[in-house]
Amino acid sequence: MKKNWPLWEVFVRSKNGLEHRHFGSLHAADADMALENARDVYTRRNEGVSIWVVESKDITASNPEHNGELFEPAQDKVYRHPTFYDLPDEVKYM
Amino acid sequence: MNKEHLYKYILGIADNSLILGQRLGELCGHGPNLETDIAGTNISLDLFGQSRSYYQYAAKLIGNGATEDSIAMLRNEREYINVLLVEQPNTDFAYTMARQFLFDVYHLLMLQELQKSHDVTLAAIANKSIKEVSYHLRFSSDWVKRLGDGTEESHQKMQDAIDGLWTYTDELFHQTDADKAMVAEGAGVDVKELKDSYYSKVTKVLAEATLETPESKWFQKGGKNGVHTEHLGYLLSDLQYMQRTFPNMEW
Amino acid sequence: MSEEQIKDLEEQFEARIARDEKIEPKDWMPEKYRKTHIRQMSQHAHSEVVGMLPEGNWITRAPSLRRKVALLAKIQDEAGHGLYLYSACETLGISRDELYDQLHSGKAKYSSIFNYPTITWADMGAIGWLVDGAAIINQVPLCNTSFGPYARAMVRVCKEESFHQRQGYEIMIKLMQGTPEQKEMAQDALNRWWWPSLMMLGPIDAESVHTEQSMKWKLKRKSNDELRQQFIDQTVPQAELIGLTIPDPDLKWNDEKGCYDFGAIDWDEFWQVVKGHGPCNKERMNARVGAWERGEWVRDAAVAYAEKKANKNINKAV
Repeated sequence: MKKNWPLWEVFVRSKNGLEHRHFGSLHAADADMALENARDVYTRRNEGVSIWVVESKDITASNPEHNGELFEPAQDKVYRHPTFYDLPDEVKYM
Repeated sequence: MNKEHLYKYILGIADNSLILGQRLGELCGHGPNLETDIAGTNISLDLFGQSRSYYQYAAKLIGNGATEDSIAMLRNEREYINVLLVEQPNTDFAYTMARQFLFDVYHLLMLQELQKSHDVTLAAIANKSIKEVSYHLRFSSDWVKRLGDGTEESHQKMQDAIDGLWTYTDELFHQTDADKAMVAEGAGVDVKELKDSYYSKVTKVLAEATLETPESKWFQKGGKNGVHTEHLGYLLSDLQYMQRTFPNMEW
Repeated sequence: MSEEQIKDLEEQFEARIARDEKIEPKDWMPEKYRKTHIRQMSQHAHSEVVGMLPEGNWITRAPSLRRKVALLAKIQDEAGHGLYLYSACETLGISRDELYDQLHSGKAKYSSIFNYPTITWADMGAIGWLVDGAAIINQVPLCNTSFGPYARAMVRVCKEESFHQRQGYEIMIKLMQGTPEQKEMAQDALNRWWWPSLMMLGPIDAESVHTEQSMKWKLKRKSNDELRQQFIDQTVPQAELIGLTIPDPDLKWNDEKGCYDFGAIDWDEFWQVVKGHGPCNKERMNARVGAWERGEWVRDAAVAYAEKKANKNINKAV
């Protein structure tokens, strides 16, 4: 018999006030073990205060081939940014 | 406080961490996979860290140029007073985890009492170590359950390991003269008092792991008085190799 | 896809890399890029993991508790680095188990320096100082390599490794401040590790098969010979500072070129070790295969337990 431990993605919050950030991945047989392994692999140097783990296969990712239709249309919507609007220099605090 | 008693009392605690740390250190690079390898090394590092705190305290106590290393590495075999349990070899991963678990349950109970010690240094070391050891216990309990309730093969191996190591559990609750003196001073932990709680915690995890709690009532003892199993000598010959071969040098 | 379309994609791909854009795992990439990356990253990962063994010899025998914990933590980091790098490989659709199979069957290579024995404590100093020193020179430029997961893994590796070389050099310093016996031990270690460390930076440029393509993909920023020169130039003064002699009678400063000239490297030895005839190739492989095989029932048990637990949870939910 030869059973492989599935792959997990690890997200760590470095300190309170910051979001969880993707740190890397590892193998574990179940979620509890994934948390323990993440603690030992990714927070040995005091890097975190909170860990999320999620099995890699449960992540749905966008396809880079669709990047054109997904992301490019947002590029020319300049009116979403404050610099689009003209104001007289005298106006402060806006 | 009687200095000689305090010194021996500290060694009793420190030697357990040192010898178990050394055993786990042997496995670094040889674990069942990388994740588990890293985890085991973390436990080893915690234990060495604890033993260093104790030995540094012991060295200060006896003065005379003693150091953490002279105490840790330059005593003769009969002068090590760790329990027999921690010196048992890494027969297989089940033995390694069973040994860890059977020690961790005791270790945590002991530290929870030691942090109330009238000796502020011991109390402080205990307080710091508790967090580490709580994690060790969680880790080893999880593995006892995984292997106990895993496959038929792992179940058998874990049961063998528990059966094989059971004979070393009772010694955890024996007291030397130094232990008794330190309890009387309010500085030491009365380990006799931990025994019931220990066996009930152990039995509970074993049950969850679908393992039998051994019934044997015949126990080995001697470590606390420096009478060890044959395994310790080999461990010490590694541990002491450099200090013995090149005496009085700095590294 | 037609050949023309592929050619078009390849051109766009190369242009992206030339613009310093990063390539991510799901992006289209030429098959050769994928294969080359799997090969290089897994070789790198294997080197980390096999590299634990020669130093692991000395964990139980370290001369002081301070040295013992430092060594243990360093070797543990190597396991971590192996893990990061295997993970980076896995983003390209190959599993760690497959990569292990390649290692264990001898199909995959690892850095041949780990086939040399560690026979005295001073070897811990020499490895940290020289082998990690050479590795850093190789690795720092990889923090900017084109493949995102590799670059990110290398950033982490380089950050963590910053203490490794110091750990080794400090061991050497202490030995050189010690007794004649200790000094001799340090010099002996340098004598044995110097040449393998130079070889570690790879064959001379003229014989290096992969260099040109690797440069384009930023898998390599400098040639092997440039890296070797850099290593020598920075290491020689470190040796002199603590009174060690580099075991190369031809080594001398070249004022005109502004770097050291050095003696001929025994490439025969290098290729023999690569081919499996080093002093410890068999031991290293036996140790890796042994650990993996001894661990099989453990890994199986963990999966079986996880399955049982998952089933129980399903039953509870129903």
